[in-house]
Amino acid sequence: MIEIKNLSKTFTLHNQGSVVIPVMEAAELTVARGECVALTGASGAGKSTLMRMIYGNYPAAGGSILVDGVDLVTAEPREILALRRDVLGYVSQFLRVVPRVPTLDVVAEPLLSVGVETEAARDRARDLLARLNIPERLWSLSPTSFSGGEQQRVNIARGFAHTYPAMLLDEPTASLDAANRETVLNLIEEAKARGAAIIGIFHDEAARDRVCDREIDVSVFTPGMAA
Amino acid sequence: MTPLLKVENISKFYGRRIGCKDVNFDLYPGEVMGIVGESGSGKSTLLNCLAGHLDPDTGEVLFEMRDGAMRDTVTMSEPERRMLSRTDWAFVHQHARDGLRMNVSAGGNVGERLMAVGARHYGNIRDEAIDWLGRVEINETRVDDRPTQFSGGMQQRLQIARNLVTGPRLVFMDEPTGGLDVSVQARLLDLLRGLVREMGLSAIIVTHDLAVVRLLADRLMVMKDGHVVETGLTDQVLDDPQHAYTQLLVSSVLQV
Amino acid sequence: MSDYNFAYLDEQTKRMIRRAILKGLAIPGYQVPFASREMPMPYGWGTGGVQVSAATLMPEDTLKVIDQGADDTTNAVSIRKFFEKTAGVDTTEETAQASVIQTRHRIPEEDLREDQILVYQVPIPEPLRFLEPSEIETRKMHSLEEYGLMHVKLYEDIAKHGAIATSYAYPVKVEKRYVMDPSPIPKFDNPKMEMAAIQLFGAGREQRIYALPPYCQVVSLDFEDYPFEASKADHACDMCGATNSYLDEVIMDDAGNRMFVCSDTDYCASRRKAGNVGAQAAAASAALKETAA
Repeated sequence: MIEIKNLSKTFTLHNQGSVVIPVMEAAELTVARGECVALTGASGAGKSTLMRMIYGNYPAAGGSILVDGVDLVTAEPREILALRRDVLGYVSQFLRVVPRVPTLDVVAEPLLSVGVETEAARDRARDLLARLNIPERLWSLSPTSFSGGEQQRVNIARGFAHTYPAMLLDEPTASLDAANRETVLNLIEEAKARGAAIIGIFHDEAARDRVCDREIDVSVFTPGMAA
Repeated sequence: MTPLLKVENISKFYGRRIGCKDVNFDLYPGEVMGIVGESGSGKSTLLNCLAGHLDPDTGEVLFEMRDGAMRDTVTMSEPERRMLSRTDWAFVHQHARDGLRMNVSAGGNVGERLMAVGARHYGNIRDEAIDWLGRVEINETRVDDRPTQFSGGMQQRLQIARNLVTGPRLVFMDEPTGGLDVSVQARLLDLLRGLVREMGLSAIIVTHDLAVVRLLADRLMVMKDGHVVETGLTDQVLDDPQHAYTQLLVSSVLQV
Repeated sequence: MSDYNFAYLDEQTKRMIRRAILKGLAIPGYQVPFASREMPMPYGWGTGGVQVSAATLMPEDTLKVIDQGADDTTNAVSIRKFFEKTAGVDTTEETAQASVIQTRHRIPEEDLREDQILVYQVPIPEPLRFLEPSEIETRKMHSLEEYGLMHVKLYEDIAKHGAIATSYAYPVKVEKRYVMDPSPIPKFDNPKMEMAAIQLFGAGREQRIYALPPYCQVVSLDFEDYPFEASKADHACDMCGATNSYLDEVIMDDAGNRMFVCSDTDYCASRRKAGNVGAQAAAASAALKETAA
């Protein structure tokens, strides 16, 4: 499902004397359906960078990233947009929304984008929000006023609304209490069970051990540090 | 899938000054393209060249007509282009005054395009106008009021309704939220996002506001001094800008 | 006769106006610009109609001039006298006797014939003017047949008044092509515009001439669910009893007594001569005798 070959990345900071910072070299990774792979490594090693590259958010300097047969390094913008809509889901650490949109609609949106009827989409959103213990009285409010933990749970609900065949999860259990962490891990296990290929970043070792089948230490891909 | 719009080598000069130069891109159905840049970047010039308000000096703007043929709108006859801009195209101006008839009621403003393409039943025209006002969250009771009695945000929403009533496939927007209060902006952006998705619209939005473009646009073109310096997915250009100018622009945005 | 050139205008000017008239007849409803001359009357008093009449008149013509249907208002009288003096043509008050009829804001009730010419005085020739102030834009709209705005005006009327409130200068579409302002004639007169005579329209201040050749198709604009109605006061003429002519309302005294009279004075007079009597004919004659005394 996800296949990464010989991937490299540099940052060029033009406004700081055009300094070129190579951050990744010869990265390789394969994730099959139903597998969950954890990215590990010290802070700054490039876990989030790699995840963003897989999502097409950061351009690559070289190599290939195949998701369901589409190479994100060379694909047209509209191909990547279609992939993100139908195939590749991403739960980031931050919730970014249009102000004023009710939580229910924030969570339902990915389903509306793939053509699900409004009420059906909202029903699914309600299920997820309930599972993640977001009180019903908050569903008609914009999540911009919620606490960090609540925002994170809305983020997760939105990420799991549509049954993506491939998912990228960046710290999905951060700032969650035990009960909610359990719910999220269940969601991940359900996704795996239906055949999703998942890449995750988990600082929480217990969570990582529970849902992940393998670990990849991304520091191996840092230039100058290849074993 | 074929592109809805193919822009090829569009350039516009003012004497020796460059308005915009060598602009190329394809736009597909359902895509929203943002064009950002600071004052003098050429973004408005480009938009006006694409929308047929200005004649470019070079290049073609090929649009897929309803019969499937790609026609160059630059060389199209004026009657045809005017008909296009009343049916398949829409243009949302920065100032609602430029895009509305201020001395005609809201219903008349929305109904005008319908009447222009031959609608001749008052009752039906009025019903459709009221329906559209509802979709842009203007209460039915305001249908006979003049835009001069509306707030800025309402005028802008009325402009949107007026433009979308004939079901255009391509919408040009010039700073659609410029000059509006921040809370009003939020509402308008939400409305635009919804309409774009529901109607499968393609849009080209010119703005200097990076936050607007992040919320509305799928793709982004950054312009400086008449040239396109960077282009790509919106989130990619804003999160990992490659060009020096883009990096400068993104880092200059104030955080709230 | 007089020291004036025939009908006041020099021959070159007449030639220019005739060219404009020919073009107008060839393109029914299209506003032809012309070089309007200084006339011995101010703008807004019929200079356009007078110039068109002047260019149209031949020495053998018989001229009738009416102002809102009447031959005897100050303006009708002075224009008639103007042509008597500068052209020396015969003048008449009888519609059937005239070969050229200059009119302000009415069409005679009696059907006109193929050998007659009706000249209208036009204040604002552009039907779209009040909605679109730009001349450049209105010219484009005419040339591209973009008339949506005209229906917007009618829509606004219905929204505001529940019906198309325009009661005069009611816009028409000519030969399915040009939208035209018929001059401020009451909408009651609009159907008459499909006639056997030539109709010429002159706007002196705005410098436009337009025309309708005989039997031209003239359709008043409307909506399917609000069709055009040629309406008039629901009354008969109190002097001659006519039920199908446009009426003026005349206040008789301070007690609120009123009578309705044909606006077309010649039409009323010929009906009365033929023996038709209206409801208040006696009271009317008495009132007339009083004012004459």
